[in-house]
Amino acid sequence: MSDLTKLSLKTALEGLESKSFSALELTQAHIEAVESAKALNAYVLETPEKALDMARASDARRARGEAGALDGAPLGIKDLFCTEGVRSTACSKILGDFVPNYESAVTANLWRDGAVMLGKLNMDEFAMGSSNESSAFGPVINPWRGQGDETPRTPGGSSGGSAAAVAAELCLGATATDTGGSIRQPAAFTGTVGIKPTYGRCSRWGVVAFASSLDQAGPIARNVEDAAILLKSMAGHDARDSTSLDVEVPDFASFVGKSVKGLRIGIPREYRADGMPPEIDRLWEQGVAWLKAAGCEIVEVSLPHTRYALPAYYIVAPAEASSNLARYDGMRYGLRVDGANLTETYEQTRAQGFGEEVKRRILIGSYVLSAGYYDAYYLKAQKVRRRISDDFDRAFEKVDALLTPTAPSAAFALGENADDPVAMYLNDIFTVTVNLAGLPGMSVPAGVDASGLPLGLQLIGRPLDEGTLFSLGGVIEEAAQFKARPQRWW
Amino acid sequence: MAIDVATVRKVAKLARIAEPEARLESLVQELNGILTWIELLEEVDTDGVEPMTSVVHQGLPMREDVVTEGGDPAKVLANAPKTVKDFFVVPKVVE
Repeated sequence: MSDLTKLSLKTALEGLESKSFSALELTQAHIEAVESAKALNAYVLETPEKALDMARASDARRARGEAGALDGAPLGIKDLFCTEGVRSTACSKILGDFVPNYESAVTANLWRDGAVMLGKLNMDEFAMGSSNESSAFGPVINPWRGQGDETPRTPGGSSGGSAAAVAAELCLGATATDTGGSIRQPAAFTGTVGIKPTYGRCSRWGVVAFASSLDQAGPIARNVEDAAILLKSMAGHDARDSTSLDVEVPDFASFVGKSVKGLRIGIPREYRADGMPPEIDRLWEQGVAWLKAAGCEIVEVSLPHTRYALPAYYIVAPAEASSNLARYDGMRYGLRVDGANLTETYEQTRAQGFGEEVKRRILIGSYVLSAGYYDAYYLKAQKVRRRISDDFDRAFEKVDALLTPTAPSAAFALGENADDPVAMYLNDIFTVTVNLAGLPGMSVPAGVDASGLPLGLQLIGRPLDEGTLFSLGGVIEEAAQFKARPQRWW
Repeated sequence: MAIDVATVRKVAKLARIAEPEARLESLVQELNGILTWIELLEEVDTDGVEPMTSVVHQGLPMREDVVTEGGDPAKVLANAPKTVKDFFVVPKVVE
């Protein structure tokens, strides 16, 4: 395999600029890597011809001195993003062979800056899942294995394809989305960096909707600086998304390497989950020590409503999903299964088009929104959501950012939580609070467990303060010296 | 607030998802497992708390009331399961 796939995004962009190699060579190397990694099931659609065309166009732009910020960088795109002329399915049978004739705002921003698309990445169906097992294309296999253990493991979810592709060097970076932890948990499970920015930073236009008040796009990358470079391109105001924030996009990469001396870091005591592996607790302690050594002040804080975040999420998110997914009726696009009458056509289309987890969530959502239960469930959850958000507001009066583990375990075996939805949901215990409050959160690889599987630490910031997270993430990355790579078996 | 087979049948109807009778019993188990766990929320005192519908602390922006795109039926219909001329074809709704 060519060494060009081993480069970071930053180094690759420097190499293109110095003409050490062309975008075409860089893209060709990645196409070969993707072709030889089918065992991982990371890509659900490869677009090599398109990639080569985009790479040639990029080389021509660079020759004219018109190269953009990401010019020639081969990226993978989560299949939740609509891409013009390229099949976009949200990894659901109900979208079938849907080919959008429009481009999502986020991917349009990437192409504006010259990036190259390698293909569409696998994910949990409609981004509903924490293990990638709900994908209509079958699960992604984590490139990481435990030492002396060939058990296939989950790359996490829902952005499992994005995380696995970045970890296995099948792209220089990837787009992802996060509704309850879907960027950060897969990043933690694969030794990659993932950031969910502040709600409203990235336009949701052209991203298949799951739970609109929680969904947010962000990058998964090889390191903190690469994530910063990608987020800068992805973010920006877009009038087509009414919740898109009309604020300046800072040069996020300029925050990496900045001193964090004097920053106050909160350690929320409620994040010590029962039954959490001791290695994760130790890693968290280690993270505290690293930040202390860099001059941060460590403050214990309380987020008293933490344990109610997941139950509140499992009302709010399914409620919004049941409403959003009402559009899949078999009439205008996607699958249609004919029944004896219109109602039966709807019912059969949706029964055969949606997978079990999606159906479960639509039923929960329809139930909590139905007459007689709305106040007891949905309204209650929205009030609890306010309590959770208030907890963060109070904490941020005392601290500049929070440090927590990203996930309560390392990557688990495929099939391990398949029979117990609640056990699966608990994966998001440390990440979901951030979505409910709309805050930025980042996962940085910080160590490995006893069997050599990667573990991540999460940084949570004030709204629109991704910059501080990039500075702190850079410090943890530097201190952790996380150099482990998955041993190639695929 | 445990749910039973009749409720699941009703909710599936509301959601327009055909769930076979044989699947209802296991769905009751699964959904009750989730709903029982969700009932943890009853512990939280939410008296006088304003429900949170959005994290964005700004009013919804208004835009000019003008046509921005459209007039391209071929694009609109490109993914339709069934079309005739510039129309979607749907099952008969009125007898």
